[in-house]
Amino acid sequence: MGSLPRYVLQRILLVIPMMFILLTMVFILLRVAPGDPISAAVGDKLDPAALEAKKTAAGLNRPLIVQYLEYMGNTITGNFGQTITDNRPVLEIVRDNGGATLTLTLGAFLIALLVGIPLGRIAARRRDTAADGVIRIFGIVSYATPIFFIGLLMQLYVARPLGLPTSSMANAKTTALLQSDPITHVLPIDALITGQWAAFGDIAVHHILPCFTLGLMICGVFIRMTRVNLLQTLQSDYVEAARARGIHERRVISKHAFRNALVPVVTIIGLQIAMMMGGAVLTESTFNWPGLGTQLMKYIQARDYIGVQGIITFFALIVAAVSVVVDIVNALIDPRVRYE
Amino acid sequence: MSVLFPEPNKDRPVPPLGKGLPPLYDGSLIGKKDFVEEAVCPIEATVPLGEEAEEAERLGIAAKPDPTVPVIDAQRIRIWYGTPKGAVRAVDDVSFYIGKGEILGLVGESGSGKSTIGRGLLGLLPDGSVMDGKLEFKGEDLLALTDKERFKMRGRNLAMIFQEPLTRLNPLMRVSEHFTETLRTHFPKMTDAEIEERSLSVLKTIGIPPTRWMAYPHEFSGGMRQRIMIALALVLRPAFVVADEPTTALDVLVEAQIVRILRDLKEEFDTALLLITHNLGIIAEACDRVAVMYAGKIVEIGDAREVFANPQHPYTQELLRSTITLTTDGLHSIPGAPPNLIDPPSGCHFHPRCPRAMKQCALAEPPMRNVHGGDSKPGTTDAACWLNPALSFPEENRAPLEREAIADAEEA
Repeated sequence: MGSLPRYVLQRILLVIPMMFILLTMVFILLRVAPGDPISAAVGDKLDPAALEAKKTAAGLNRPLIVQYLEYMGNTITGNFGQTITDNRPVLEIVRDNGGATLTLTLGAFLIALLVGIPLGRIAARRRDTAADGVIRIFGIVSYATPIFFIGLLMQLYVARPLGLPTSSMANAKTTALLQSDPITHVLPIDALITGQWAAFGDIAVHHILPCFTLGLMICGVFIRMTRVNLLQTLQSDYVEAARARGIHERRVISKHAFRNALVPVVTIIGLQIAMMMGGAVLTESTFNWPGLGTQLMKYIQARDYIGVQGIITFFALIVAAVSVVVDIVNALIDPRVRYE
Repeated sequence: MSVLFPEPNKDRPVPPLGKGLPPLYDGSLIGKKDFVEEAVCPIEATVPLGEEAEEAERLGIAAKPDPTVPVIDAQRIRIWYGTPKGAVRAVDDVSFYIGKGEILGLVGESGSGKSTIGRGLLGLLPDGSVMDGKLEFKGEDLLALTDKERFKMRGRNLAMIFQEPLTRLNPLMRVSEHFTETLRTHFPKMTDAEIEERSLSVLKTIGIPPTRWMAYPHEFSGGMRQRIMIALALVLRPAFVVADEPTTALDVLVEAQIVRILRDLKEEFDTALLLITHNLGIIAEACDRVAVMYAGKIVEIGDAREVFANPQHPYTQELLRSTITLTTDGLHSIPGAPPNLIDPPSGCHFHPRCPRAMKQCALAEPPMRNVHGGDSKPGTTDAACWLNPALSFPEENRAPLEREAIADAEEA
């Protein structure tokens, strides 16, 4: 057919202007925000003249356009630089802390899918019954409640009776064990590779609360999207036509109504990734999770331009990559998309 | 043929009946004028006869039906929709039959209950509707069937062709998947090769080349999609097909092809057809008999040519006068609007708009009578109108209905 590879290439090329705009936004936002790394670190200890001298030395007093071009040039060549405050290369931060964020968001995403889509399906099939009402209210509440509040409730009322850990990604012993000789820098994978089942179990238990907290927020969107789309496809002409051909009701629901209802849901899932990244930052700080979100908070407080730019660029790359994947998945499910 | 009722509308002639349709046209078939003739291939050959007979026996249908038994016999059918304002009497006491190989046209304004009847015959009515009366398919009581038995009947014996071809195929499924799903449902033992052979033979009959077997619905034009929908219905060789305005969404050339296909279908396979339309030309072209519906009731039913040449019910006459032809020099419309079916008018539902309404019309509902006198029987041309001289009622009620009386009647 040839149309699918072309479509994929088109989508990938679209990432370039998207990244360009994103990087520019990050640069401008950081420069517009009050404060700078030097003042944040030593502002209260130095007199204004010495502070200015330090800023000039760090290149922060150069024209913004010069700093911007330098930043863009570095980013394009893959040089994300070293943080100002603790001299760590950005890529090292991503490597050391990215794994924790990855497993957190993946786990949350799985929970959101496994809870949200079946609940949405039940709500649509039992439209306007008590079950539908309960599910819809659950969807709104879980979406609208702030993450740190859900996290707090989880820590108070779920963690205690079940004896679940409320902080960090693994206990000190496991962390020390695995970080002494990291392979992939993703703790659960390292544990699996080296066959340390006790360590893996420990990490898994630590994932439960944060993943549910983040997953519940996203699943509200999934519930509502699945419900409303399924209601629509159940009313559609091709569903009635399938019934008129004597196709069994169960098959009509799954093959005609439900499958078609998932097409827009996949798009929404893609859009939710950005929201999930934001949610991950909050979840990480609520559960003291050693991920990129915690690092980001640290560097924002220090006004560390390089650290913040580096981590946000990485987040942006992930969002862009996921949106490409979603577009491709959409094209695979829905033949009409390929011919736009 | 005598004019029974006085003063029929002579000021405008009944539109000429359509004669001869253009040959089947399709982009891929230019130059093959004899396509229809050559393409009518024996679908019969690919039907697994043993299984079919078994199935027929299981459902209690004789494999070789008695031709004297109507395929569809509907008596006093009523279909009401529940709404917050009250019950909508979408179909109110409607009786008709359709014989083997017969096409009954069902014509009427929008909202007259035509499509509701079509859906009711297949049991596809929406939630909140009720249907009663007697509905038999080859002598079997359809209304007594369980949901499961009804599913077996649908597609296999009772098929439906819809109005909107563009949205009736699942956009995510290939044409092949539609056929495979349909045939697998009804003949679980069929192999993929048999399915493809049988489907392609039907598609060919209908003018879709085999090269399009793996295509998706969006790759077809509206007319082609409607033909695929028809093929999807025909591949099961149902004894009865409801075609609900199958050409309304299509242009005139495609319309002609579809009408031709439906007629071929009837001639080749003895399929009984209920053709719902508001296009009188199609009725004249394709139908053996016609039923005219107004406000949930059949007001006139009978031989299509007889009804069109000599309409007896004032509504039929008005409907025919409203048709546009080349000689039309002004548009005719029926004054007023179709009545509210929650609270329909008393007596004859048409009396508030009828140009020839009498006092009697507002008082009582006219019975269905043979226009030539005598009782209405299958095959006769009948109308439900007090103007029929065979009906007797107090002479003073023969006076024309006054305007105030119309208002009163509407209030009552």
